Amino acid sequence: MSAAEPPQGANSAPAGGSAAAKPRAWGDHTSTLAQRRGLRLGLRLTAAVLLTLVFMFPIYWLFMISFKTASEIYAFPPRWYPSSFNFDTYHVLFRDGDAATVGNSLVVAFFSTALAMFLGFICAYSLARFSTGGKHLANWIVSQRMIPPIAVVFPIFLLYVWFGLVDTYIGVILLYTAFNLPYVIWMMRGYILDVPRALEESALVDGCTRWEVIWKVVLPMCRAGLAATAIFTFVFAWNDFIFALVLTRTEVATYTVQITHYFGGQSNFWAKISAMSVLGTVPIFVVTAFMQRYFVRGISLGAIKG
Amino acid sequence: MAVLRVSALHKYYGSVHAVRGVDLEIPAGEFTVLVGPSGCGKSTLLRTIAGLEDADKGTIEIGGEVVNHLPPRSRDIAMVFQNYALYPYMNVFDNIAFALRSRKTPKEAIEPKVRRAAQMLAIDHLLDRYPRELSGGQLQRVAIGRAIVRSARLYLFDEPLSNLDAQLRDEMRSEIKRLHQELGKTMIYVTHDQVEAMTMADRIVLLRDGVIEQAGPPLDLFERPASRYVAGFLGSPAMSFVDAKVVAAGDGLALRLGDGATLALPARRSANLGNWVEQPVVLGVRPEHLGRANPGERAGLARHSATVELLQPTGSRTYATFSLGGTRAVAELQAHDVSAINEKIELSIDMNRVVLIDPVTNRVIS
Repeated sequence: MSAAEPPQGANSAPAGGSAAAKPRAWGDHTSTLAQRRGLRLGLRLTAAVLLTLVFMFPIYWLFMISFKTASEIYAFPPRWYPSSFNFDTYHVLFRDGDAATVGNSLVVAFFSTALAMFLGFICAYSLARFSTGGKHLANWIVSQRMIPPIAVVFPIFLLYVWFGLVDTYIGVILLYTAFNLPYVIWMMRGYILDVPRALEESALVDGCTRWEVIWKVVLPMCRAGLAATAIFTFVFAWNDFIFALVLTRTEVATYTVQITHYFGGQSNFWAKISAMSVLGTVPIFVVTAFMQRYFVRGISLGAIKG
Repeated sequence: MAVLRVSALHKYYGSVHAVRGVDLEIPAGEFTVLVGPSGCGKSTLLRTIAGLEDADKGTIEIGGEVVNHLPPRSRDIAMVFQNYALYPYMNVFDNIAFALRSRKTPKEAIEPKVRRAAQMLAIDHLLDRYPRELSGGQLQRVAIGRAIVRSARLYLFDEPLSNLDAQLRDEMRSEIKRLHQELGKTMIYVTHDQVEAMTMADRIVLLRDGVIEQAGPPLDLFERPASRYVAGFLGSPAMSFVDAKVVAAGDGLALRLGDGATLALPARRSANLGNWVEQPVVLGVRPEHLGRANPGERAGLARHSATVELLQPTGSRTYATFSLGGTRAVAELQAHDVSAINEKIELSIDMNRVVLIDPVTNRVIS
């Protein structure tokens, strides 16, 4: 943005040939224009910074609490930052094994995402290119995603008790996969429909099988869509609470379930709650930071004209 | 030997009968152009030959082998698509090398082949670029390079020039024709543009509503069209059609037009029209069959006085529109033959070359 703006120092520079005749008047004129532009930019930046501060504050507060001592947490007026960075709470979480629940979350989120992406992509390809199930199957599939989790979680719990899947990785992974599949299918179908058919046909003529076409043409063309869909799928599994609460006990409890254990009848363990929340937030930051560039679509622009 | 033989081919899209019993033989090394208006089935026919569509009835043989059941990759064909179909995530080199790699060509053989194809198309300086960095003409060259890099039995072009501007289209037209002469491969080219068809083809196959209307060398179709449709499709400006009646005039025959004017037919043509006396026919006249009349002209030219209604100078020639038997007709005149509209001129019509059509069957009367 700053590159487009004239530098402040250029304000008094004469503009054009007539500037030589009346340097003052013209100089003044450009100066006000540039000043107004600078002022507008300044106002916009201030507004942006203020808004960012408002939205970032809860996250800042969450991080700060996790480093505070108990007395600092309950201090009034509140302390804006801890007197020293105190990692005791994290130490306790790791020592007692509470932090392992973050690992559980990682395992179920990662594998359910991988499975949902693989199955969903194949289904989506079939729907997009072979019109499998007629015109409306895709709508019907996505409607499955609209079921409120609370409506299905107890029947599933009973089923899982029967199959012995309660409190197992496989049980949670299967459920997250099933719940995410409609979303993945719907999103990937859209991305695949955007891939020009001629690209696939050209590859078929050039010696590829259908599977090779998917691998060499469709997947690379859908990279951005795949990444964006995978992130949302991962985040759903990562943030889920209700399924994990009902279907896990101790073995594979996720961090969201673990946090609720710190809300006591007598008191709440704010330091643990915030430290655990920090542990749950950091992986999402990392994943998003690494995959951010895939959010920007447009990788396929220029390939096809007409 | 025929490289491609299509027999009694039918293709349906739901209730639409897109290709209706096409028979076609294409000899080795020939440049065949499938031409016709939108929806005539030319692209469908090409895609069926490629294996991108299944044939519903009939057989397709490539090199003597029936390929109906074979997937596109096993038909040993190469194809250039209308929208280039380049992979945006690969540079030009990888795009051209794609077919070679898919067919497991040894690595050391790929580079020289790609470079040779690129040189033929004058794109060897672009090999590191990505499609988004190329102009329309360059994209088209890369798309052609991708097809010719491999030695296929049959090369298919599906309206490859329709996205280019007029000047570039002219340039690529001669480029493709030069490539064909250089490579000597069998090529099938689909277009809706009759100029492309006329200028490029060894043989034109003119399709209409899923059937072949006429096939043959371009000048044969142009000079001896089989039907009113073929006569009207080829040529620009198009042939004018005038209702007329065959009448006896002196020793021979003549055509009487709607406005009462008569045009004497040469003896050679009259001989074949004995059965048509007092019958209605349609007279087909191309702009180049008409010219400004000069005194003392050779036989076979009929004279007609006309008032010029519209002038379209092109520089070397001027097209003059006038009324012939109540129908608008166009004459191709010398640039300075006419100077203004409403000018009365004397035209001569070359009755040896005009086409006479049966108004009932729309077939040309030989």
